[in-house]
Amino acid sequence: MVEEIGTTEQGDLVINVGPQHPATHGVLHLVITLNGETVKKVEPHLGYIHRSIEKMCESLSYRQFIYATSRMDYLSSHINNHGCALAVEKALQIEVPERAQVIRVLMDELTRIASHVLWWGAMAMDIGAFTPFFHAFREREMINDIMEETCGARLTMNYMVPGGVMFDLHPNFHRRVKEFIRQFHKKLPEYDELVTGNAIFKARTRGVGVLSKEDAISYGCSGPTARASGVDCDIRKLYPYEVYGKLQFEQPLATEGDTYARYLVRMHEMRQSLSIVEQLIDNIPEGEFQAKTKAVLKPPKGEFYSRVETARGEFGVYIVSEGGTTPYRIKYRSPGFSNLSALDHAVRGQKIGDLVAIMGSFDLVIPDIDR
Amino acid sequence: MWSFAQLADTIHEGLQASLPPAWALAAEMTIVGLSAIGLFAMLGLVLVLMERKVSAFMQIRIGPNRVGPAGLLQSFADTLKLLVKEGITPDGVDKFLFNAAPLVAMIAAMLLLAPIAFARDFQIWDLNIGVLYVSAVSSLNVIAILMAGWSSNNKYSLLGAMRSGAQIVSYELSAGLSVLTIVVLAGSLQVSEIVASQADGWWIFKGHVPALMAFVIFLIAATAETNRAPFDMAEAESELTAGFHTEYSGMKFALFFLAEYINVFIVCAIGATLFLGGWMPLHIGHWEAFNHAMDWIPSSLWFFGKTFFLIFVIMWFRWTFPRLRIDQLLDLEWRYLLPIGMVNILLVTLVAILGWHF
Amino acid sequence: MFLKEYISDIAGAVGSLLKGMRRTGWYFLHREEAITQQYPDNRDNMGLPERFRGEVVMPHNEQNEHRCTGCTACELACPNGTIKVVTKFEVNAEGKRKKAVDRFIYHLELCTMCNLCIEACPTDAIKMAQNFEHSVYDRSRLTKILNRPESRLQEGVE
Repeated sequence: MVEEIGTTEQGDLVINVGPQHPATHGVLHLVITLNGETVKKVEPHLGYIHRSIEKMCESLSYRQFIYATSRMDYLSSHINNHGCALAVEKALQIEVPERAQVIRVLMDELTRIASHVLWWGAMAMDIGAFTPFFHAFREREMINDIMEETCGARLTMNYMVPGGVMFDLHPNFHRRVKEFIRQFHKKLPEYDELVTGNAIFKARTRGVGVLSKEDAISYGCSGPTARASGVDCDIRKLYPYEVYGKLQFEQPLATEGDTYARYLVRMHEMRQSLSIVEQLIDNIPEGEFQAKTKAVLKPPKGEFYSRVETARGEFGVYIVSEGGTTPYRIKYRSPGFSNLSALDHAVRGQKIGDLVAIMGSFDLVIPDIDR
Repeated sequence: MWSFAQLADTIHEGLQASLPPAWALAAEMTIVGLSAIGLFAMLGLVLVLMERKVSAFMQIRIGPNRVGPAGLLQSFADTLKLLVKEGITPDGVDKFLFNAAPLVAMIAAMLLLAPIAFARDFQIWDLNIGVLYVSAVSSLNVIAILMAGWSSNNKYSLLGAMRSGAQIVSYELSAGLSVLTIVVLAGSLQVSEIVASQADGWWIFKGHVPALMAFVIFLIAATAETNRAPFDMAEAESELTAGFHTEYSGMKFALFFLAEYINVFIVCAIGATLFLGGWMPLHIGHWEAFNHAMDWIPSSLWFFGKTFFLIFVIMWFRWTFPRLRIDQLLDLEWRYLLPIGMVNILLVTLVAILGWHF
Repeated sequence: MFLKEYISDIAGAVGSLLKGMRRTGWYFLHREEAITQQYPDNRDNMGLPERFRGEVVMPHNEQNEHRCTGCTACELACPNGTIKVVTKFEVNAEGKRKKAVDRFIYHLELCTMCNLCIEACPTDAIKMAQNFEHSVYDRSRLTKILNRPESRLQEGVE
């Protein structure tokens, strides 16, 4: 029986899941081989939403290219922008004022909560419960409103610029974030009532799609997906950037590596992000929100790498500069691509219903996988 | 007092007086058929709207509110849209089975109306094996689903249909066992007699714990038999896109959709008849004044009230729970519901023999 | 022992399911929690924040004057060629030839609302408007000329 899994033979069903399918949340195309209800093989086909963002960025100046990264992982666009800004700052050795650093971290964590909240609803919907999806949007909407007020956009903010942030905080920011913290504390137990404790949900996710620590490392998984398998990989802890080194927060770890562990790690991460926001919101230092930079940025010749922790895992920006106004080469290391590569391993031998649950727990954002 | 039974009698006498007996019978059958179809259309419209509103309120939304006052005419607009859509028969399907499947689903649902008592003495056909008839005919629904899934020539449809086959065959057992508990208590298979046996109290109250357990099992099995979430394996939107009706559109899809809602109505009506006393008003012991007041509410209102309450509960399930996996679904039946149901029927036999019920 | 586990298993599962049903039931009864916004109806009191980026506009004062000097800083700052500034030479009162904007062409269909042009503008001639209802039947209508006909540069803006 074990040998059978992974090979296609007569009598197997080969099904195209996607590019248009309710569970892939985008234009991901999976070719799955089924033996009855059991999945034997999953083969992701990419390329449906390739926009050549890396190449596009290479033709833009160092101020301009940041906006394009919002279109990769659109659920953590702030954090993507942040990674790019960090790389440019590293290249030019710009000192970012402390106020800007705190604002950046606040925005990152709010984005992380918004992303995880949406993931929570979408995963519950993948498993068949529709109601959580709408409840999730209630909290996400509050964060979007906060973003809209300060950054001027709801999804693709382009708020991080080399040297700081584009605008100062809106006068209402403090009050609205406080309101959000109060609301989120009240609603998180409801999330647990609706999904976390639900017996059907537990039955669907426990022991399903197990990814061992070794597998998670060898597939290059990062973020909550790897942390659920016990890999200690939070960039905020390992290579603290901005003010993360001074903050008190936990890195949630689990050892089971199954879908439920990934779920719990993300739920825990929301609480940790909320605590970071609580720590920072009353301690925003006064000062400049943007460092003085030259009008035209010309980094010296060399290679620069920066890494940040997005809601999905490690996001890396690699810039090769020839000393000109545009980068010679840009490479993004997006977390979704590596996480997707582990999907086949996790799904083999599971049922077709589990494929959807596992995919939901990986929290794949397709434009992030397929840049 | 005005009642459905009187109305039926008046029409019957009028027809008998004015037409020869054979013609009168034919006319009566036509009237029954037309009113059954009318009831179907009405139920479809009402239940779709109800589902949308219930789901909206649970999901902190408003729901349909643009067509008509408070969105009441929304389902008319939907029906109109489905009616004028092109009835597509894709290439490569088995044309006969593909087109016949929605009709089979509808007819199977329609046949189930016959033994249901809508009001006092108001029933299409009070056959003496009413409950058995319902259990038998309700299994026909799976044939329509298998036909649709097989003839569609689509892998998603096939998977959905096969799941549905396994599911309905399994849950039929539990539903049958829980229905049997009431048959044992009432001592009859005839719907009118089962209702009459609840004149002094509904079986769910009179039958102690076994009846309550049977009721819960019946609700779960009914949800599963009608292919509704959390047991909607045949459709499983996030897994199989639309399951057995992936290839259907327009009016053919609408017929499946309608059949699903009619089935929900029928199983809830059966549940209300067996466990909640059908059209029987709520009577409590010797509270004469209270009982008398309850009698004033028309029997049809009692029946529809109970049925719609059960429908609401089933909708409540759907909009709260995640979906089970197919193997867990069968696990639930064979490892939990069936053993419990069997123990339960032993208990209820004991109760019935010793006459412990009220 | 087995039976005890079996029963506590069922009881726990049913309990957790009832908890979820209580929550959805609560929301069913509390209709005021609904968060739906009736969009086209609430257009008048939507209250978009002043920083919301909907499209680039060039404000003109009552004398039909704008602040754009035609320096093309915005054109250079734009990452995807949304803005094209066509300049001309004007002869002013003292008889000097001076560069001025002829047409400020803005391609709304290309714009990603990144705000870089507004940041780049030295004279605050352009700003973001809050209008977001951009749909039109003809794509060419999205290409806009932002300076009004016969408009002039405001006095004192260099």
